[in-house]
Amino acid sequence: MQISAVHEILTALPYLLKVGMTFSLTLTVLAAVLGLALGTLLALCRMSSSKWLSVPATLYVNGMRSVPLLLVIFWFYFLAPYVGAWITNSPTPLQVGAYRSAVITFTLFEAAYFCEIMRAGILSVGKGQVSAGLALGLTFAQVMKTIVLPQALRNMTPALLTRVITLFQDTSLVYVLSMTDFFGAISDIASRDGTAVPMYLFAAAVYFVICFGASRFIHRFETARYAY
Amino acid sequence: MIQINNVSKWYGGFQVLTECSAQVKKGEVVVVCGPSGSGKSTLIKTVNGLEPVQKGDITIDGQSVTTPKANLHKIRAKAGMVFQGFELFPHLTVLENLCLAQTRVLKRQTEPASVRARSLLDRVGLSAHSNKFPGALSGGQQQRVAIARALAMDPIVMLFDEPTSALDPEMVNEVLDVMTDLARDGMTMMVVTHEMGFAQRVADRVVFMDRGQIIDDCSKDAFFGESTGRSDRASQFLSKILRH
Repeated sequence: MQISAVHEILTALPYLLKVGMTFSLTLTVLAAVLGLALGTLLALCRMSSSKWLSVPATLYVNGMRSVPLLLVIFWFYFLAPYVGAWITNSPTPLQVGAYRSAVITFTLFEAAYFCEIMRAGILSVGKGQVSAGLALGLTFAQVMKTIVLPQALRNMTPALLTRVITLFQDTSLVYVLSMTDFFGAISDIASRDGTAVPMYLFAAAVYFVICFGASRFIHRFETARYAY
Repeated sequence: MIQINNVSKWYGGFQVLTECSAQVKKGEVVVVCGPSGSGKSTLIKTVNGLEPVQKGDITIDGQSVTTPKANLHKIRAKAGMVFQGFELFPHLTVLENLCLAQTRVLKRQTEPASVRARSLLDRVGLSAHSNKFPGALSGGQQQRVAIARALAMDPIVMLFDEPTSALDPEMVNEVLDVMTDLARDGMTMMVVTHEMGFAQRVADRVVFMDRGQIIDDCSKDAFFGESTGRSDRASQFLSKILRH
């Protein structure tokens, strides 16, 4: 029985990794990169002195952080085709596709969290740094790009990576869109072969190893970081 | 070179500068001193527009800093500034600190920018440290790098905002020496400082401020002389800081 369970997992492994894990990791990386870019933009808007930028950005961030991710996934998946059709004036719902829908949803959702991390990061860079940059004749945009944001990003790397771990775990929610991420692949095999117990145990072990390993890595990175 | 005319500034309802007027001529070294909270740091930051003013006007080399349409970036590039807290960019090496604005603002190529940077590091005695990060340097070394960074823009005037106040006592002189050399080379300088020895050696004129007002603006000899040009308030200030 036990040997056959191991055998089941080993046979399914190529499918689990090649299809499932590849998708999970791709979605994580895409959403992290795009979410960080959008989140940084949102952070700059939130901190802008212009109300036209700061108020919408604040509403967006607080709104996103006040609803469950699962709800956002559902809403976006079912609504986006109609909203898209309305914008493009098309009579039929726009084909967004589950994959693109997932990437966009996760990006929009994570951006709200990355925004708050980046905002803390920008605030952690002293005002004197901005003065020093401006005094050299740099424009405000150049000061942000070459002086403040690189330091903010560096100061916040542990927090950002920790958020990415959460994001990686959350990608399993695409299961509700019937997409085959790692968790979806596990569940496929489990229901096909009737091997729920070993398969879900194996899934838990894999998530644990990856997330725990990554968090140990972040911890080491944090303590080894050069101090200034 | 620097012309400050009737400048007033408020933080909310609190007036930090009242009708301040002063000037720094080409090649002159003007020391601004006064008790803390007297507005001297604020005044020097209004000169390159880091602090806006509500009244009065300021020009550098004939160009207004205080009109709304002033091209501040262009003017700031010509006015080097050194801060109390050094404000080197900690994520860049010393050399990169000196090259950043040269390439971005003056549009110099990387090669001439780093040649200029290295010659200035040599001038402040730090050429051995060009590839280190600022965090690896002492306070005095960091401030010398900050001076070199400002000089890399080939400024026509240098503004110093309490450049030695955050330093350990034993590091003060290495920074003052660099500033003294700079003054000897004919650089136009406005220096906010408590270093009265430096003022006595290097300054042409001394401006004394108290409670946001310029109380005295006189030659060094008149300010430090036995019986003369300075106000009673300045005499009090000097007797307090020179006693020990």
